[in-house]
Amino acid sequence: MVALAIATLVSQVLATRRDTVLDQGTIKVFKRRLQAWWVMCAVLAATFLFDRLVTVALFGLISFWALREFITLTPTRTADHRALFWVFFLFTPLQYLLVGLDQYGLYSVLIPVYGFLFIPARIAMAGDFKRFLERSAKIQAGLMVCVFCLSFAPALLYLKIPNFNDNARLLFFFVVIVQLVDVFEYLCEKLLGGHLVAPAINPSRTWQGFLGGLIGATLVGSLLWWATPFAPWEAGLMSLVIGVAGFAGGLTMSAVKRDRGVADYGTLVTGHGGVLDRLDSACFAAPIFFHVTRYFFT
Amino acid sequence: MQLAGAGLAGLARFLSGASVRWINCEPDTCQRIYYANHTSHLDVLVLWSALPYRVRRVTKPVAAKDYWEAGAVRRFIAKSVFDALLIDRHNIKVHSNPVNMLLDAIGDTYSLIVFPEGGRNTGERLGEFKSGLYYLCKKRPELEAVPVHIDNMNRILPRGEFLPVPLLTCITFGAPIWLEEGESKQQFLHRAREAVLSLKER
Repeated sequence: MVALAIATLVSQVLATRRDTVLDQGTIKVFKRRLQAWWVMCAVLAATFLFDRLVTVALFGLISFWALREFITLTPTRTADHRALFWVFFLFTPLQYLLVGLDQYGLYSVLIPVYGFLFIPARIAMAGDFKRFLERSAKIQAGLMVCVFCLSFAPALLYLKIPNFNDNARLLFFFVVIVQLVDVFEYLCEKLLGGHLVAPAINPSRTWQGFLGGLIGATLVGSLLWWATPFAPWEAGLMSLVIGVAGFAGGLTMSAVKRDRGVADYGTLVTGHGGVLDRLDSACFAAPIFFHVTRYFFT
Repeated sequence: MQLAGAGLAGLARFLSGASVRWINCEPDTCQRIYYANHTSHLDVLVLWSALPYRVRRVTKPVAAKDYWEAGAVRRFIAKSVFDALLIDRHNIKVHSNPVNMLLDAIGDTYSLIVFPEGGRNTGERLGEFKSGLYYLCKKRPELEAVPVHIDNMNRILPRGEFLPVPLLTCITFGAPIWLEEGESKQQFLHRAREAVLSLKER
């Protein structure tokens, strides 16, 4: 918290000084990241202070906002309207309600099975067959990534792990590692440069950044073992898993943006940093981290 | 009423996730005619709620009588919350000329929100403007005509639907235009339409 306050202060000072060696773009990126950290801190603080249901509800709101960005970016047709309505007002709240009620059996199939079946059926009923498969897939993908996958982050709070009952710390561990992978990747890209992974999709992601992110996160992750039910080497391995999944998420969501010709989910709406730009890695890492933990530790 | 208005404006902004941009134009309480593209029944609501409270208070939307007088809820919103001026689209006669009625209603304090395409437009394309905007500006040439572009609303609540989907919109206010001396109706309407279209690209 203190570190965050200092960083914010530094970024404010940097932004007002025009003669620094850093360019304004870098500072802007830095400030946006800090904002995301503040939000994360607030969500986590809610868990420590109030009930875990508050955290579930907050993640629900974040999902709602992310899904809205996703659907706004990818065009739909008028006939998809009713399907979209149910996606936003039935599936999204229901998923988080089931997480809050700890109904693992239901919430782990609600969207991948029933949402998957419902969406194309509802679009077919509306009677517009143009690009049918493409439109269904688009809505399904949005619902999967923004709602289903992300809901596994607050679901960590409900895991029953023997000899460990402070699940808020497990969520804290997850969020910190996801963010740190981002930071280490960014630093290694800037400092080392190197070979681009997929230049057509993202002009800044390099293999050096990827490896740097993984190494950095694994080291810090194993140092944070005390916050988790894991042994130090297990915590390091978990961080490695989070890092790989997060990298895949970042690249996938970049591809979606590239296809739509924008650099940021936030560019849709001036003045807002896109929520999805910050969440892409968390969306992919959350279900994997959840299931690895669930399989080996409960 | 104020509470209902504030509540409705808040709801509209939450549902439409509207970001509001003013380009070469500032919110002001001076008399103006805001004119915008029309793709959804919610257009009136999102445009009205995009204005700051002090501006909103002196701004009356012009809306279709047949739609806004159907049902108690719509009538309440139109009359008590928006203070809307309802126009009979089907029964325009010389003695009930809507332009005169609008000018009487705004006097020298109020501003107007109009949708010069007449009806809602179904697609992405901006329809041709009807002449009402020209006659308003001809009778009151000192009024600023402010072009407004509302993006994405037809996806939030398309024609024939009654349940909205919460997508993000962007409402862009552009630089005001005035009727030039000796400018013909067609020239002016064309220029006004171009002003809205150009905001789409910004």
